[in-house]
Amino acid sequence: MDIKEIIKPENLVYEKNKVLTDNVMHYCPGCTHGVIHKVIAEVIDEMGIQEKTLGVSPVGCSVLAYNYIDIDWLEAAHGRAPAVATGAARVNPDKVVFTYQGDGDLASIGTAEIMHACNRGENLVVFFVNNAIYGMTGGQMAPTTLVGQPTATTPYGRDVELHGYPLKITELIAQLPGTSFVTRQSAETPGAVRKLKKAIRKGFENTVNKKGTSFIEIVSTCNSGWKVSPVQANEWMKENMFPLYPLGTMKDQDKESDEQYKVK
Amino acid sequence: MGDLRLMKGNEVVAEAAIRCGCDGYFGYPITPQSEVMETLMLRKPWEETGMVVLQAESEVASINMLYGAASTGKKVFTSSSSPGISLMTEGISYLAGAELPCLFVNVQRGGPGLGTIQPSQADYFQAVKGGGHGDYKLIVLAPASVQETNDFMDLGFELAFKYSTPVMLLTDGVIGQMMEKVELSDFKPRWTDEEIERISGEWACLGKKDRPRHVSTSLELDSEKMEQNNHRFQAKYQSIQENEVRYEMLNCEDADYVMVAFGSSARIAQKSMEIAREKGIKVGLLRPITLFPFPIKQIEELAGRVKGFLSVEMNAGQMVEDVKLAVNGKVPVEYFGRYGGMIPTPGEIVTALEQKLIGG
Repeated sequence: MDIKEIIKPENLVYEKNKVLTDNVMHYCPGCTHGVIHKVIAEVIDEMGIQEKTLGVSPVGCSVLAYNYIDIDWLEAAHGRAPAVATGAARVNPDKVVFTYQGDGDLASIGTAEIMHACNRGENLVVFFVNNAIYGMTGGQMAPTTLVGQPTATTPYGRDVELHGYPLKITELIAQLPGTSFVTRQSAETPGAVRKLKKAIRKGFENTVNKKGTSFIEIVSTCNSGWKVSPVQANEWMKENMFPLYPLGTMKDQDKESDEQYKVK
Repeated sequence: MGDLRLMKGNEVVAEAAIRCGCDGYFGYPITPQSEVMETLMLRKPWEETGMVVLQAESEVASINMLYGAASTGKKVFTSSSSPGISLMTEGISYLAGAELPCLFVNVQRGGPGLGTIQPSQADYFQAVKGGGHGDYKLIVLAPASVQETNDFMDLGFELAFKYSTPVMLLTDGVIGQMMEKVELSDFKPRWTDEEIERISGEWACLGKKDRPRHVSTSLELDSEKMEQNNHRFQAKYQSIQENEVRYEMLNCEDADYVMVAFGSSARIAQKSMEIAREKGIKVGLLRPITLFPFPIKQIEELAGRVKGFLSVEMNAGQMVEDVKLAVNGKVPVEYFGRYGGMIPTPGEIVTALEQKLIGG
């Protein structure tokens, strides 16, 4: 049978969603940014919110996220995406605003901005891609780098005496009364991607329903920075990162009432 | 005649913002400008006009909130004082690079470092030469009264949107804290969504509809394109230099000597001019109202017919460099100033005029 006989609309079983652009992604083979972008684009498409969604991209590997998801984007300074998103969301309460940030951006230089945006309960979704390394700048130590993990700036492995401890920022975020949904997911298997998609959908639905901050960490790999193959990277992530950064939902509720915080 | 009031400069910043249809303010407390946010919070404009007011966790956050809100074509501003403006300069560079219209007010205090909370004009270089990284300039308006503080809020937004660029109101602890009579502007409604679409629809992030997506960014990794972007910025600054110079000249027609001073220094220099004139010294005053664009042509023209210039500033001699560039060696250019939070007296300025220019 000729291939033209097969490629017909009635034989279509899968189609790239229209919110994902046709641009060739700059990410390394094996990187999960592409998968995460695709799922975010799918959810935006399925919810029909393309016209009212604003993305805020970070500094880091996903700085060019605006080339891949076909919505209006604001490109933030390093770490400041939650502040940029706060500004956009506050003066546009009808918009659905999200940030997309890496571990260096969110958990190191941008710690103040993410903590305060979440504590105010800004009406946002935050995507936090944690791969325990700075990818874009060439594999330096991140706040989430594991103890003993070698990086370009910890060539002998992270040493707590020198560099301090890995920061489990999602656990801190879950303590903040402004957050309504805090979860940690991954994207290394079809099953994980399906769970991730459900979490992303919940995050966007919360924002549409003005339920405060939804925070979705995605534990990820960086095979280039870790200097292993994509397959080995997935194994290393499961063996080393999942025990320290356990998957699962830490919080799924409404924003806290202000009762216990009031003056007497 | 509009509303006549006796108000502090900082209070007027807040009132003028509400009246000119501002959509949002993001700020952080710092002396001597804290009354700006205090006045806004007391006025509750969100109930009256829908204007958003938010106390940010830092100046770094507030300038980036401004970036987010300005990216959506809204009329937004922030205010701070010198050390806070230093914290904001990263964000200001991004705003200039992304060509976002917005306004910030710098109620200057003495530096460097934590410095002092008393008035100063020591942020002249930072304001007019860019301040942050990269080749950019801000339009800088220097009010010399509470009335001009009121008037320049609206003008600042007008220029910001006309040129799609950030604008700074460079005031100081004198203008911010002093009370003067002011005729407040009439209320203008905030722009509707339709108006924002018409004014900024070509670039603003309003949600992607039937058009290519909009990206509010200062990033361009292709250096040939980045050079083109810079050409565009420079052409814009050239156009601003040609079209937006604002200044005031007093008694310059018959002047032998001209003092150049802006903001609160100009108010003091005006008194010095009166004292000097009583002593028979023919002195005039050129007050730049826009510090960028600087009144270069006006100084060039004066340099052809006066004997010398005295730049009077509350800093260690910053604007004097721009005066010298404009005079280009034709006649002597001297500087007098007090700094670190000290304010010159009219008499000190007259003495400096006599000793540095006339006696010299």
